[in-house]
Amino acid sequence: MSHRVRVNPIACEAHGMCAELLPERITLDEWGYPVIDQQELHGWEVDHAIRAARACPTFALLVQRERATRAGRGRGPD
Amino acid sequence: MSELPSTLAEAPPAMGPADAPALPRLLAGITAHGAMTLEEHFALHGPLPIVRGGGRKRGREHAAMLISEIERSGLLGRGGAAFPAAKKMRAVASSRGRAIVLANAAEGEPASLKDRTLLETLPHLVLDGGVVAAEAVGADELIVCACESAQAAAESMASVIEERGSGSSSSGHSPRLRMTSVPGNYVAGQESALINYLGGGPAKPMFTPPMPFEQGLRRRPTLISNVETLAHIALIARHGAPWFRQLGAPTQPGSALVTLSGPVAHQGVYEIEHGASLASLIDAGGGTTTRVRGALLGGYAGSWIGAERLHGVALSNEHLAPHGASLGAGVVLLLSEQACPVAETARVARWLSDQSSRQCGPCLHGLDALAGTLAEIAAGTAQPRAAQRIDRLASLVARRGACSHPDGSANLILSAMEAFGAEFDDHAQHGPCEGCARPPELPLPVRPIAEDSSRKPLVRQ
Repeated sequence: MSHRVRVNPIACEAHGMCAELLPERITLDEWGYPVIDQQELHGWEVDHAIRAARACPTFALLVQRERATRAGRGRGPD
Repeated sequence: MSELPSTLAEAPPAMGPADAPALPRLLAGITAHGAMTLEEHFALHGPLPIVRGGGRKRGREHAAMLISEIERSGLLGRGGAAFPAAKKMRAVASSRGRAIVLANAAEGEPASLKDRTLLETLPHLVLDGGVVAAEAVGADELIVCACESAQAAAESMASVIEERGSGSSSSGHSPRLRMTSVPGNYVAGQESALINYLGGGPAKPMFTPPMPFEQGLRRRPTLISNVETLAHIALIARHGAPWFRQLGAPTQPGSALVTLSGPVAHQGVYEIEHGASLASLIDAGGGTTTRVRGALLGGYAGSWIGAERLHGVALSNEHLAPHGASLGAGVVLLLSEQACPVAETARVARWLSDQSSRQCGPCLHGLDALAGTLAEIAAGTAQPRAAQRIDRLASLVARRGACSHPDGSANLILSAMEAFGAEFDDHAQHGPCEGCARPPELPLPVRPIAEDSSRKPLVRQ
């Protein structure tokens, strides 16, 4: 099981809480929107990430759990 | 606005070398007088080999066989992303629930006319492909999505659907057919934007997942295929994968529709073999009418290639990759020597910024900043490190939107700066050039797109 942080860019309104709560992974761009390091989270970062996600006023921050590969549910066509 | 000529060729020139097997394929039998009728269509291509009846098990087997045949054909999607058609179909077919097929002719790309051309001249070929695709993925509904600015295309398709009957035929297995108009904004044809719009929302991309293949329109598995992809499927179903692969490159088999525009004698939609030389396409277009400064490949999310590198360019993604380019939605746009690539790119960049759905911060702010910086460079009023700022902004917007609009826009700008580095430097230092004052060459919808009737398709084979 691995965890990654992701943002829903449509929901995000640049409140910037996430960068306060998870500075290890999230910085803000010049307009205040999060720039996210999408590498797998270290085990000790997961709780911080979940706290940051819960603190987001627009629920735009997501902590995604992934099993190694799940057939048919990876990146699909677009 | 550089208007494309609105006359049709009387005697379309043949494409490719004399020994090339059987081009045109899609554009075979087209005339300058509107849509091919059902009789003409069947006389030319024969009936669609569809297996009906025989129960559910037989149907499933046939569906799997169709997808396998399309997989063997190596058909890649023609909406711009070149995603393997069979892979997409298999994803839809294996998702739970009754599927829907959307035939995508939204064609928001200002320099592309191929999709509206297909609806206008070959609606039966598109419908055939849609029916095959529906059968392959187990869909009971086929919705053709035409751009609202392409009135003739929409009318042609609507009348053909009426002719075929919108309900199912005697066998009870063919999908329900429907035509709908979608807005002409640039990103309206993006998959999630299409689903958003057809579901009653705005024509703006949505956050994914769920992906359309698992939960699309009305939360049903939805196959969204470009109409050219479907037209090829109509022929693959008749002639088989080996036939399809007789033309084209091993990594990108078959033929393709391209929209050729710029300073050539006959602008229009051409059918080429993948891997054909750019020179042969230009020859088919009657040659250039003036010297060329460069070519834009793929569309406004595509890449520029400067004139000095155009020699020997072949039209397949494999051949274009070393140039950082791809065929995209089949746009080949030549820029004349007199035009200013800096001013032209700056103008398109501003338009692309205006086409942002304004949903994602990095796209909304980033594309605006990119367009603004480019305009300053073009005007000679930019800060000293403007080129570096463009680089930084481009990497800042990439992969940060709900769709790939910011990525495509950044790509266009970066490729322009690479292909025309000397011109950008010159503008940054000395301001506008002579070409800047010329009327723009790259086509943009100048009026609200719904009223824009200047984008008439014209067809050559």
